[in-house]
Amino acid sequence: MSSLPGRRTRHSPPGPSHLSSEAREELRRRLQGLIEDNRVMIFSKSYCPHSKRVKELFSSLGVEYNTLELDQVDDGANVQEVLSEITNQRTVPNIFVNKVHMGGCDRTFKAHQSGLLQKLLQKESTYDYDLIVIGGGSGGLACAQEAAILGKKVMVLDFVVPTPQGTSWGLGGTCVNVGCIPKKLMHQAALLGQALRDSRKFGWEYNQQVKHNWEIMTEAIQNHIGSLNWSYGLSLKEKSVTYANSYGEFVEHHKIKATNRKGQETYYTAAKFVIATGARPRYLEIQGDKEYCITSDDLFSLPYCPGKTLVVGASYVALECAGFLAGVGLDVTVMVRSILLRGFDQEMAEKVGSYMEQHGVKFLRKFVPVMVQKLEKGSPGKLKVVAKSTQEPETIEGVYNTVLLAIGRESSTRKIGLEKIGVKISEKSGKIPVNDIEQTNVPYVYAVGDVLDGKLELTPVAIQAGKLLARRLFGGSSEKCNYINVPTTVFTPLEYGCCGLSEEKAIEIYKKENLEVYHTLFWPLEWTIAGRENNTCYAKIICNKVDNNRVIGFHILGPNAGEVTQGFAAAMKCGITKQLLDDTIGIHPTCGIHHFGDNEGIGPGHHPERLLRLGLLLSSLPVCSHSFQT
Amino acid sequence: MAATAATAVLAALRGFFGRFRWRPQAPALAGGVRGAARSAAAGRPDYDLLVIGGGSGGLACAKEAAQLGKKVAVVDYVEPSPRGTRWGLGGTCVNVGCIPKKLMHHAALLGAMIHDAPHYGWGVPQQVPHDWSKMAEAVQNYVKSLNWGHRVQLQERKVSYFNMKASFVDEHVVRGVTKGGKETLLSAKHIVIATGGRPRYPTEIEGALEHGITSDDIFWLKESPGKTLVVGGSYVALECAGFLTGLGLDTTVMIRSIPLRGFDQQMSALVTDYMASHGTRFLRGCTVMSVKRLPDSQLQVTWKELASGGEGTDTFNTVLWAVGRVAETRNLDLEKAGVDINPKSKKILVDAREATSVPHIYAIGDTAEGRPELTPTAIMAGRLLAQRLCGQSKDLMDYDNVPTTVFTPLEYGCVGLSEEEAVARHGADHVEVYHAYYKPLEFTVAERDASQCYIKMVCLRKPPKPVLGLHFLGPNAGEVTQGFALGIKCGASYAQVMRTVGIHPTCAEEVTKLRITKRSGMDPTVTGC
Repeated sequence: MSSLPGRRTRHSPPGPSHLSSEAREELRRRLQGLIEDNRVMIFSKSYCPHSKRVKELFSSLGVEYNTLELDQVDDGANVQEVLSEITNQRTVPNIFVNKVHMGGCDRTFKAHQSGLLQKLLQKESTYDYDLIVIGGGSGGLACAQEAAILGKKVMVLDFVVPTPQGTSWGLGGTCVNVGCIPKKLMHQAALLGQALRDSRKFGWEYNQQVKHNWEIMTEAIQNHIGSLNWSYGLSLKEKSVTYANSYGEFVEHHKIKATNRKGQETYYTAAKFVIATGARPRYLEIQGDKEYCITSDDLFSLPYCPGKTLVVGASYVALECAGFLAGVGLDVTVMVRSILLRGFDQEMAEKVGSYMEQHGVKFLRKFVPVMVQKLEKGSPGKLKVVAKSTQEPETIEGVYNTVLLAIGRESSTRKIGLEKIGVKISEKSGKIPVNDIEQTNVPYVYAVGDVLDGKLELTPVAIQAGKLLARRLFGGSSEKCNYINVPTTVFTPLEYGCCGLSEEKAIEIYKKENLEVYHTLFWPLEWTIAGRENNTCYAKIICNKVDNNRVIGFHILGPNAGEVTQGFAAAMKCGITKQLLDDTIGIHPTCGIHHFGDNEGIGPGHHPERLLRLGLLLSSLPVCSHSFQT
Repeated sequence: MAATAATAVLAALRGFFGRFRWRPQAPALAGGVRGAARSAAAGRPDYDLLVIGGGSGGLACAKEAAQLGKKVAVVDYVEPSPRGTRWGLGGTCVNVGCIPKKLMHHAALLGAMIHDAPHYGWGVPQQVPHDWSKMAEAVQNYVKSLNWGHRVQLQERKVSYFNMKASFVDEHVVRGVTKGGKETLLSAKHIVIATGGRPRYPTEIEGALEHGITSDDIFWLKESPGKTLVVGGSYVALECAGFLTGLGLDTTVMIRSIPLRGFDQQMSALVTDYMASHGTRFLRGCTVMSVKRLPDSQLQVTWKELASGGEGTDTFNTVLWAVGRVAETRNLDLEKAGVDINPKSKKILVDAREATSVPHIYAIGDTAEGRPELTPTAIMAGRLLAQRLCGQSKDLMDYDNVPTTVFTPLEYGCVGLSEEEAVARHGADHVEVYHAYYKPLEFTVAERDASQCYIKMVCLRKPPKPVLGLHFLGPNAGEVTQGFALGIKCGASYAQVMRTVGIHPTCAEEVTKLRITKRSGMDPTVTGC
């Protein structure tokens, strides 16, 4: 039961009602789900003769039914109690037909005799759709398509509210339009700039200064995005999912209002709903922010080169944008209120930042903007930014062509009528709390993706959650989305890939004395000839000594960190331990034997292999000693 | 920082000592035979461990043993190639293998990136020429810095180093002969043979030895090889042909039968398809009959087409033989120690503990029979052997599921079984192959063709569907394959890989999204996000 005797603070009533109000709410939701999902739902006990008679009745009518045998489930007594709250009936069998409470055995038989039962059974589902998904991003589309594959009638509502600067885009959500896809492509453009510089050292000959053209890049990227928007639309059509480019808003239970661009309103109903409206960049709420600043929603389709840019914030969005803007040759400053990459391993975050700093990105630490003023019009124009120190009464000013806000994201949940049907959101963040099956407090309403409270804001997670949700709702599956050991990569100029726990979090959970941290600096082979810096790329793994030295955190800072991290994430899924890591052979080239000077070797090498050798190289090092260079 | 500075300092120092030749530390000064013989006769060998061959495996073994407190010597000598190319300490990988190969491959990849750059807004000129000499000098200088690094490491660990040609006198004594002909006898309790292999010359072909070069020479050429014929279908052949093409040279590959023998053949075909569509010319089913030098110093190559019996001819600036490698065991006088070899392959027969037919003599790396010819394998085998010899561990080297990557223009990474091998071992009915053609995001804007970007995962069909092999063809295949190799080492099942959340947008994430089986006959082309 929920509380231990020694810890009990108040006297509980006798019987099975030791349920906390939270657990009770959870159970109620589960039961309502069963009632909603099944044409005939019988709560019974396996030995009860009345229950048996009712089942035989439905069988004789050729009607499928679902049962929950209260004597065969662990929390049967609690179920019975909550059922009695819902129905005022404590006995079994307790029968629902098409969501209507029939009562017990006698009343069911009476209804059968009077014809009421047949009438109830005949009642067709009156909803327009089996499922309406609000939001056509990664999670929403994945869920809608999977449900359609499972034979359900599905609708997707997607509508992009233009940014204060007027930017708007097509189907596919943040990732495709204003997130991962354009970001990675601009990152690639910046990497190519580095490759061009390197290439001279490798014998490629050209003399002139190579300039970058923002418009050519942006047009090429937008063309690619356009093709993706189109293919998403096509894919929905192929799977017979109805798509409406309309804004969805709940008006009453099971009913939604869809408003299109022209303002025309249409109403649709559905048995189930999935909220996948995602999030949009936050504004500072200071003078001039909405008028003059842009966000990542605007940057990737900006029709002109942003010029000298101030990036406000230190989220991964901020650092990624600052990184590629600097990489294509722009003058970039990042204004940071407190720490870099909150939530990520802070040692890694600082290394990400210092690499950027060494490569020309300026950082203004512990400042926040208080005002943005327009000095000159133009594309880009000129803006004056006034900022104040977070520590002293100091104020500074700067002039930039573009101010990019990347201070976090706000869930798009406050204007979709959730209050009309009673879906709870977190007052502060606007996010939607769900249980482990992505169900909100309203049983027929689910949510996936960035709107979820306490979950990860990552495309592949939303896709996985959406797919699994559809399979559970319509495919008889019970597999839940696992949010543990999800890998991710920050595409800063030096990429940072990670999976599992940060060092801080690991210490918090497992205590420092139970952890061993193995780490190494490395010098990618390709960097040697290019004359790029040594002692910059870095990797560490965090192992739980108490659990067979299992790897609980993996962090790598280096080229292609995303490609490297993916496989290690798969290995962590398989429970990789330090021992197995040591036993796995690296891939060539690299003889991890090219060490210079120091004893335990920070040499150049193909980095995944180098990492595998971490254990042998560094096993003599004390925990977290980071001074292993001579 | 430290290492770059160190490299510069070391390069300067090299000026004093000459390029690669090092004075032996041992007292091999007087004429005639000295040293070990006496003490060996007295029953106390000079060394606990003597390693013959200073390549990846030998050095790893020597250093590990020295670190564990043993008295260790390494004997290393590079017989110049028929073209006269020679190099320093470190073996094939460092001097004429993976390291220079990967660097030249990278130079070629940079050429492709220069080609991509205008699509991403960079104002790069249309035609960018490549200067072989500049690249080669940079690569060679880097390799030389590694040679030096290896010497320093041996010194630091107090490993004696002899730049001598070794041969057995008896089962405990090895004779070392310097370039100048001076002899030293060295005795040791344990001896490890790690002499590796060298490229095979098809001496039966007229002009092959006189006019051809091998991978022992290509990385040390000061001038561009020009129009090149690469003969062979090995990974060495395809890698060399790949970077030569990528650097803008007219390159032809001549293959008698199949490319990448021993690798998954579907993947091999895709590797060569990609190369062919990017400018490498392939002559399949052909074999060279003669190589002649023309008065203008070009090489005239005549070949036979095996199917038709017809002949073909063309002229080249360079002919590169990449028709396999031979274990370097000929001059070791192994019979004097009683070490058995496979008479056909000339490789040394070893057991699971790397021991030869003589219990205290071991063989590791490319010279040992039945072992994968891979640097990291040799290193790990050498290190584990040293640990066992020093009583530190009983762990044997596990040669299963060794990952590897072929650095062709489109890289091919694999671990575990090929599809053919899986079917041969388990039967077609018991094997499930999941596969996908995918398009790397970066290819889209660059308008690159991704027809050969392909992944397949070979699993047992019976739940939990353990993964038997993974094959990945695409950019950064080495980086992608490494982590999955770990997973397979942990006994990954198909479901576990599928339950791994992807990293978006990467190529590696496609591995976690393989849903289409070959059996289903469905189109494995990935669409959408």
